[in-house]
Amino acid sequence: MLWCDMEASLNLLNLGLGRMVITKFCSERIAKYAFEYAYLNNRKKVTAVHKANIMKLADGLFLESCREVAKKYPGITYNEIIVDNCCMQLVAKPEQFDVMVTPNLYGNLVANTAAGIAGGTGVMPGGNVGADHAVFEQGASAGNVGKDSIVRKNKANPVALLLSSAMMLRHLQFPSFADRLETAVKRVISEGKCRTKDLGGQSTTQEVVDAVIAKLE
Amino acid sequence: MSRRSLTLLKNLARNSNASCIQTRSVTYMPRPGDGSPRAVTLIPGDGIGPLVTNAVEQVMEAMHAPIYFEKYDVQGEMSRVPAEVMESIRKNKVCLKGGLKTPVGGGVSSLNVQLRKELDLFASLVNCFNLPGLPTRHENVDIVVIRENTEGEYAGLEHEVVPGVVESLKVITKFCSERIAKYAFEYAYLNNRKKVTAVHKANIMKLADGLFLESCREVAKKYPGITYNEIIVDNCCMQLVAKPEQFDVMVTPNLYGNLVANTAAGIAGGTGVMPGGNVGADHAVFEQGASAGNVGKDSIVRENKANPVALLLSSAMMLRHLQFPSFADRLETAVKKVISEGKCRTKDLGGQSTTQEVVDAVIAKLE
Repeated sequence: MLWCDMEASLNLLNLGLGRMVITKFCSERIAKYAFEYAYLNNRKKVTAVHKANIMKLADGLFLESCREVAKKYPGITYNEIIVDNCCMQLVAKPEQFDVMVTPNLYGNLVANTAAGIAGGTGVMPGGNVGADHAVFEQGASAGNVGKDSIVRKNKANPVALLLSSAMMLRHLQFPSFADRLETAVKRVISEGKCRTKDLGGQSTTQEVVDAVIAKLE
Repeated sequence: MSRRSLTLLKNLARNSNASCIQTRSVTYMPRPGDGSPRAVTLIPGDGIGPLVTNAVEQVMEAMHAPIYFEKYDVQGEMSRVPAEVMESIRKNKVCLKGGLKTPVGGGVSSLNVQLRKELDLFASLVNCFNLPGLPTRHENVDIVVIRENTEGEYAGLEHEVVPGVVESLKVITKFCSERIAKYAFEYAYLNNRKKVTAVHKANIMKLADGLFLESCREVAKKYPGITYNEIIVDNCCMQLVAKPEQFDVMVTPNLYGNLVANTAAGIAGGTGVMPGGNVGADHAVFEQGASAGNVGKDSIVRENKANPVALLLSSAMMLRHLQFPSFADRLETAVKKVISEGKCRTKDLGGQSTTQEVVDAVIAKLE
């Protein structure tokens, strides 16, 4: 899905136009990536999120591409869910979801919702990958750079980026280091003594970092 | 030294080629296209080889692993590994094999050794560890033996000086010693291991093993976070059977490595369960960890009672090498569950099961 910046603003009519573009090429490759990810990581189910009852052609094309790719992975369950029902299901019964593949905008919203119910955007890891490059960053809300007060008091939560950097270490083929980092971070969280404000604690970023370093094996 | 030895030595030096070190890898967020099936050369081999490689084929099929095998028939009595097999391995870069039986004497050289030399698989690795549910005399054993695979006593440089007198040359080079030491320390670094122990007999073979030790010491300086020590091989064998928990990663020249690896495998549960492989800069050949030349007794072959666990775990190492960590984990978990339950064990582990029964149990336990 390309958000074209071919927006037209017809001032005379007080009209703003936005164009949403879905291509078979991009839908196919994201569907392939989702199923390949599920296959390589022993995931059982892929759910496509869409609004094809309304956007019949655009999201319809997206769904078609997902269905075609699904046929090549008979061992993985495939289903579809309309995005509004999806948001409701996420907050009611999130255990039903496994891997979710979505176009651009829905993905932004679904990712942030899922991150929120599972613990907050301060702890979820993630990244962006293409055929040749990978950029790792905080899983959800990459555009959210926090309030000034958090910056001033150095109370930002480093966990999300630490876990993303563990993903990066795996991507660079250093699994042992990735394991050590993740184990240390998970121990610090589970002990509960050292948490930043978004997790209900009072610690500063540096205190969390020191705790993680102390727990490294 | 006779003139013939000199020529043989020159040939050896010419055949060594520069190579860099192979690393193992795990992918979590895969690159697009990582799930495409990979070709792996399969050599069933002699004796129990076909039985255990068939076990691996069945389990891979059950897991829908993204690999497919190109099978080739090679027997230990052949004089050389066929050219088409070598080509296949060079193309695929990864090979899985059962054992190839080496005839004693007779002048036919070991095909196992020939493969390692031609592909320059300079490092042989065996992981000897206690499997839960398989009690042995010692606990907390987790030893990785890294053995130089191309020179030393296996240089194959033997000749009859005069009738009744045979000379066998053991060749140790700085080049090979350095690269195996580098591999051992890099392995320890990448796998969070704390200690590397060099095994030698430099009190007797002062120049040969002395050169080996020098190379290890130089490389050790670059890894200040890893403890390095040395042990004479006879004391090492005794320590292995008395207190094996003290060892972590062990780096050895060719012959000692063979013996140390088999001893360590034996104390930790037997050569029927220890995984391992051979790796070089460009290729990797996975096989049963220790005793690759031991293809079992005829009775075991007839009754189909060979232990497939070693090759199954080696194929899990191979899956990681090919960057399919999730499949490797599933396979290892299933195998470990079967062993720990104790119901399905082959004769070498004290049970009565056939190879097929173990395979079926593993497939049943796959998630």
